[in-house]
Amino acid sequence: MEGAAPIQDNPSARPRATLARQARPNGPVAAALLATCVGALALAILVVASEASEAFGVSLTYFERVGPLGGKAIWAVVAFFGSWLVLAAALRKRDVNLGTIAVIACVLIALGWIGTFAPFFQLFATK
Amino acid sequence: MDLSSREFWALVHGVVLGGTYLLAFSGGLSGFYSLRSGLLTEAAITRGVRRLKVGTVAMAVLTWLTVIVGTWLVYPWYRAKTPSSPRSPLLASPSTKDWHEFAMEWKEHVGWLSPMLATAAAFIVVYYGADLTRSPLVRRIATGLFVGAFASAVVAGLLGALITKKAPIT
Repeated sequence: MEGAAPIQDNPSARPRATLARQARPNGPVAAALLATCVGALALAILVVASEASEAFGVSLTYFERVGPLGGKAIWAVVAFFGSWLVLAAALRKRDVNLGTIAVIACVLIALGWIGTFAPFFQLFATK
Repeated sequence: MDLSSREFWALVHGVVLGGTYLLAFSGGLSGFYSLRSGLLTEAAITRGVRRLKVGTVAMAVLTWLTVIVGTWLVYPWYRAKTPSSPRSPLLASPSTKDWHEFAMEWKEHVGWLSPMLATAAAFIVVYYGADLTRSPLVRRIATGLFVGAFASAVVAGLLGALITKKAPIT
């Protein structure tokens, strides 16, 4: 096909393999993942503790209408964002073994789930 | 055909916020899945990642709003120490008390896991962006958090719907 116009290279149509470059540090991903574990575990521990001790449950009652759930939720969220801030500052430029952290996180988040499962935390009920 | 203020807020909590989140999940999951292909073009990656960023952030905001409205607005009406509150008749009968002691007790706690998981998933999508296509492990972690958030929300939403069927807030 002599005389035909050459096919233009369209950068937006290039396969992604040609765009290879260094990925970002994975430390912030680990920080977010671990903070989620801290938040989930904090919630589970607060739920079990307030079931085991009525006085502790009462101490979490900041709003009479909401009951202890308000305190449990507030402290779990504080643990989540607080630990995230600290971990993000510590890991923001680092590359870590994300595979190992992911496995640990699976276990910890599962524990958080178990701790919020009513038949489990009711095993600790005092009344 | 009108709604009381309490019914309106229960609807906002369960259907508008929670329902929208649950409906949006399949779109988000499809967005994560689409980043797996090694044949995506630069333009497709850019579009897909932009959609995923907006979607995951919006869903994280929805889960926070759902649990905040649920805990501080709707739940006090459910648990009010009056004979007409939904909790009172449920606890009054041995045949219905599990709706509170199992269903509501689980729902009110497991629901709070959802926004934390959804926020972490959204952060990873926003932070990694197009690099998600080159990092299968990070993509799997973000997808896992996203699915975990959905699973928590499904438990809370389903139990909430069943409890409302049994003892509605009026």
